[in-house]
Amino acid sequence: MGEGQEVGMVTRERELMRVPFGPIHPALKEPVKLTLLVDGEEVVDVSIELGYVHRGIEALAETRNIVQVLHLVERVCGICSHAHPLCFIQAIESIGGIEPPERALYIRSLVAELERMQSHLMWLGVMSYQAGLLTLFMYALRVREGILDVLEEFTGNRVIKEVNTIGGVRRDLDDRIIARMRSAVKELRRALKLLIEAVHDKTLESRLEGVGVLEHGEAVELCAVGPVARASGVDFDVRRDDPYAAYSQLRGKFSVIVRRGGDALSRTEVRILEVLESTELVEAILDELPQGEVRLGKSLLRLSREIPAGEDVSRVEAPRGELLYYVRTDGREFLNRLRIRTPTLANFPALMAMLRGSELADVPIILSSIDPCIACAERVTLVDAREGARRTVRLSELGRGGG
Amino acid sequence: MGIVSGSRARSPWLFLLNASSCNGCVMEFLAALSPRYDVERLGCVLVGTPRQADILVIVGPVMRKMLPMIVRTYEQVPEPKAVVAVGSCAVSGGPFVGSYAFEGPLDDVVPVDVYVAGCPPKPEAIIRGIYEAVARKFGRGPGGGDGD
Repeated sequence: MGEGQEVGMVTRERELMRVPFGPIHPALKEPVKLTLLVDGEEVVDVSIELGYVHRGIEALAETRNIVQVLHLVERVCGICSHAHPLCFIQAIESIGGIEPPERALYIRSLVAELERMQSHLMWLGVMSYQAGLLTLFMYALRVREGILDVLEEFTGNRVIKEVNTIGGVRRDLDDRIIARMRSAVKELRRALKLLIEAVHDKTLESRLEGVGVLEHGEAVELCAVGPVARASGVDFDVRRDDPYAAYSQLRGKFSVIVRRGGDALSRTEVRILEVLESTELVEAILDELPQGEVRLGKSLLRLSREIPAGEDVSRVEAPRGELLYYVRTDGREFLNRLRIRTPTLANFPALMAMLRGSELADVPIILSSIDPCIACAERVTLVDAREGARRTVRLSELGRGGG
Repeated sequence: MGIVSGSRARSPWLFLLNASSCNGCVMEFLAALSPRYDVERLGCVLVGTPRQADILVIVGPVMRKMLPMIVRTYEQVPEPKAVVAVGSCAVSGGPFVGSYAFEGPLDDVVPVDVYVAGCPPKPEAIIRGIYEAVARKFGRGPGGGDGD
């Protein structure tokens, strides 16, 4: 509408408007650009433009040896910094026919569960921040510190954990740290009661209920993964359905949380109850922890040179859903190809389905309800905002085109 | 010290710019806002736009597609301003040096006042970085300290 237009002259014809959202926006922790086509307050269509966090990790991995790549994939995403190297190292171990000791597998599962807890608590904080409930943001982040404390004590760092190595893990648990973990988990369980109560408080509940609905059929068709799919009634969890690390032994110790609502509230419930399941799992792991070595006796460099040429696909249940790695080695301690498919990327089609038909004011809530990790998702499929067309760009093109 | 510059030193407003970070530093920055570390006790407030900010906290390596946004965001912060580079990636490029999308360490792109190294640095270190930035650029430590 131009300036100086008379009020009475405003046409009743519906005019569609383009609203840019990002790449730098207060509701986003990470740069991503959404272009929303709106009719009044209603979102008619949406396109997502990625690439702001594209760091060329897959191409970098082809220039470094296996040990260096292990440290590189740790930094794909700081929130799931255990899931990525775990998935990578599983592929490498399966190519090399290496069997890590039982105790190492349990420790891998243990760190994975602690990571899931801190990730979901972080998400709950950010989500309630978007919903305008700052109190819950502060509370969730304070509760999360208890988990970070034991992670720091065990791994030496709060965020980048660097636990995995070829044929095992780099650190062993002792009695003192086991006791610390038990008490941290007990404390968390007490705090969770309050968190669950806070989520079911009328204020937050009515803000989340019915927002960003993803039907069961859509979730299946659009291949949603993780808590997003489970909140829409898709009963799938890699930990149960394709067990890795120690999860085949832990099968009876946890249940997969499934909700049928498909809205932001269901996704919140799924994640909170998953934290509760994780506390059970951590206790079960600490109870059943087998004795023995935590890694093979050989040096890391020798092990990495012994990996033959081969290829493998590995998947784990990252906090956000199914994470998939394809690895091809060349038999001389280097990689020919590394392909990462992250849960956030898999959830983008579902996100677009949720956003269509939603209200403009709900966009930040819907966006954070899928727990997007843009840093994870920056692979090579791009959506062109101007043409609205989806195109897959080769890595070499990206290098030149500045995509 | 006038009332404006005094308020700037006692209550610096922060804007977090995520260059191309892996989120590790973002999480530690958010943890610095959380009750245990509570950077707000130094008068810091996280704001939603660079136009209101005094201190620009930048995390992550500078990658090709974010480069113009970093420069634009920097230009939008009103003078006097301070820039704090948080994390090894912002300081040097970290493990991403050599990538085809890498555009050099942050200080090639915008002037940086304080470097906070670490992968990721702990919240205490980030708070110290913010403190240093206030002391160096605005003349006085937040909360009214001397800044030395």
